[in-house]
Amino acid sequence: MVLQTILTLIILSQLRKTLKTAGLLSKWDKLIWTGVFLCIALIVLNSILKENVQIAIWLSHALFFSLLYLIFTQKEFLSAKPLIYALLPLTAINFIEDVVKAVDHDFYKSTEDYFGTAVMFAVVWMIAMLIINNKQKKELENERLKNEEKEKEYKITETLKAALEVQVKERTAELTRQKEELEQTLNELKSAQSQLIQSEKMASLGELTAGIAHEIQNPLNFVNNFSEVSKELLDEMKAEMDMGNGEAARDLADDVIQNLEKINHHGKRADAIVKGMLQHSRASSNEKEPVDINALCDEYLRLSYHGLRAKDKSFNATLKTDFDDSIKKINIVPQDVGRVIMNLLTNAFYAVTEKKVDMIAAGLKYEPSVSIITKKVPEGVEIRVCDNGKGIPEEIKEKIFQPFFTTKPTGKGTGLGLSLSYDIITKGHNGELKVETKENDSENTGTTFIISLPE
Amino acid sequence: MKILVVDDETDVQMLFTQRFRSEIRNKEMEFAFAFSGEEAIEYMEGHENEAVLILSDINMPGMSGLELLKHIKLKYEKPPPVVMMITAYGDDENYNEAMKLGADDFLTKPVDFPKLKEKLKTQLI
Repeated sequence: MVLQTILTLIILSQLRKTLKTAGLLSKWDKLIWTGVFLCIALIVLNSILKENVQIAIWLSHALFFSLLYLIFTQKEFLSAKPLIYALLPLTAINFIEDVVKAVDHDFYKSTEDYFGTAVMFAVVWMIAMLIINNKQKKELENERLKNEEKEKEYKITETLKAALEVQVKERTAELTRQKEELEQTLNELKSAQSQLIQSEKMASLGELTAGIAHEIQNPLNFVNNFSEVSKELLDEMKAEMDMGNGEAARDLADDVIQNLEKINHHGKRADAIVKGMLQHSRASSNEKEPVDINALCDEYLRLSYHGLRAKDKSFNATLKTDFDDSIKKINIVPQDVGRVIMNLLTNAFYAVTEKKVDMIAAGLKYEPSVSIITKKVPEGVEIRVCDNGKGIPEEIKEKIFQPFFTTKPTGKGTGLGLSLSYDIITKGHNGELKVETKENDSENTGTTFIISLPE
Repeated sequence: MKILVVDDETDVQMLFTQRFRSEIRNKEMEFAFAFSGEEAIEYMEGHENEAVLILSDINMPGMSGLELLKHIKLKYEKPPPVVMMITAYGDDENYNEAMKLGADDFLTKPVDFPKLKEKLKTQLI
C-alpha cells in the first residue's frame, strides 16, 4: 500500500515538473499539493493504523485512480502518460493483489508466489519503460531546446529585420531628398546651359555685326554713288535733248538704266545681308528649308572675314573657295549651319593668326590661307573648312568638341563654339563633324574640319 | 598719266567711268582697273614704263591694299608712284600703317568724289 502512495507521489512530482516547464503550473499547483498532502497523510495514517485496517489502502488506491483519471482526461497532463504506462502494471498488480487479499485471504496465500513473479515482471517493465521514457524525454528536451533556439534566432532575425526596415526607410528618405536636390540642380544647369547658348549666339552675333557693317557699307555706297551719278546724267541728258542731240541723249538714258539696275542690285544685296542678320539673331526656329550650300558658305565666309578684319586691322589671309556647282539645295536650318560654318572659319582665322605671330617672331615667311570647299558625295554634301595654321596637338584633339574646352585665353572664347557646332550638325541634321589635323609638319601643317550633311 | 583703281568690288569700274566721264572724254584722265592686289602688281609689271597713280582699297581678300602699297613702294624707287589708299575702316591704326608704308593720301569710304577729283587734278599737274 505504501508503494501505491509513493508511486502517486512520484507521478505528482513528475507532473508538477512538466507543468512547470510548460508554464501551466499555476492552474494545477493547488490540486497537486493537495494530492501530495493526501499522500503524506495516507502514509502517516497507514503507519498509525495496523496492517489489518484496510481503509488507508483503499483510500490510496482511490487517490491513485482519480489521478489516473485526471491524467487521461486532461490535455495538460498528457506529458505524464508515459510515466503512467511504466507504472501501470505495477500498480495494477498491487491493486489486484490487495483486492484478492481482501476478498479471499486463503486464495491469496496460495497464489502469493504468482503475484511475486508478476510484481517482478512489472518492475522489469517499469524500469525498461522508465529508461525508454527518459530517452524520449531527453530527445524531446533536445527538440524543445532546438525549437527555443530557433525561436530565439527567429526573434533576432525579426529585430534585425525591423532595424533594417527603419534603415531602409531612412535611406529612401535620404535618397529622395538627394534626388530632389539633383533634379533642382539639373534644372538650374539646364537654364544655365540655355543662357550660355544664348550668350554664345550673341557673341557670334557680335562677331557678325562688324562684318555686316562692312558688308552693308559697300552696297550702300554704290546705291548713293550710282543715284548721284544718275542725277548728273539726267541733267546732261536734258541738256543734250535741248540741243537736239537725240543720239547722245539716248546713250545717256542707257547709262541711267544701267545705273538703276546697279542701284537695284546693290539695294537687294544690302537687303539680303540685313535679312541674314535678322535670321541669325532670331531664336532658331529649327525649321529646315532647302538651302543653297555654296551661297551660304560664301555669305558666311565674307561675314566672318570682315568681322575679324573689323576687330583686328592687321589681320589678313588668302581666302580660297572651291564650290561644287553640282550640289543641289538641301534641307537644313540655314542660321544654324551658318553659325557652324562661321564658327569653324573664325577658328581657322584664329589658327593662322597665331601661326603668323610665331613665324614673324622666327623671321620666317608665311602666307596665311583659309579655304572653304564644298563637294557632292554619295551620302550628301561635304563642307571642308581648311587652314594652314598651327594644327591641333594630338592630346587635345579628342577634347575639342567638349563643352567649355578652349585653348583661347580667358575671355576670348566661351569654349562652347565647337560643342554647339557638333550638336547642330549631329543632333540637328543627322550629319557628322570631323577634324583632320597635322601638327609640326614642315610642309603642310593645318587643320581641316569636315561637315557632312545627308541629302 | 594713268590712274589704276584697285578694288575687289567690280562695280567700281562702272562707277569711276561715270563719275569721271567728262574727264575721260576730255582725255584729262585715263583709268585702268584691277580687282585684287595681285592683279594690280601684274598690271604694273606689264606697264613698267608708264607713270601710274594708284588708288587702292585696303580690305581685299588675298593681298591687302597695305601689302600692295608696301610692295610698290619697295619695288619702284625712282620715282615711286603716287599711291592713295581708300578704306571703309577709317581708324588710326590703318591710317598710321598706311602712312608708315609711304601712302601719299588716305581716304575713307564713302568716297567724296568732288574732293577726290580735286586731289587727283593736283597730283596730275
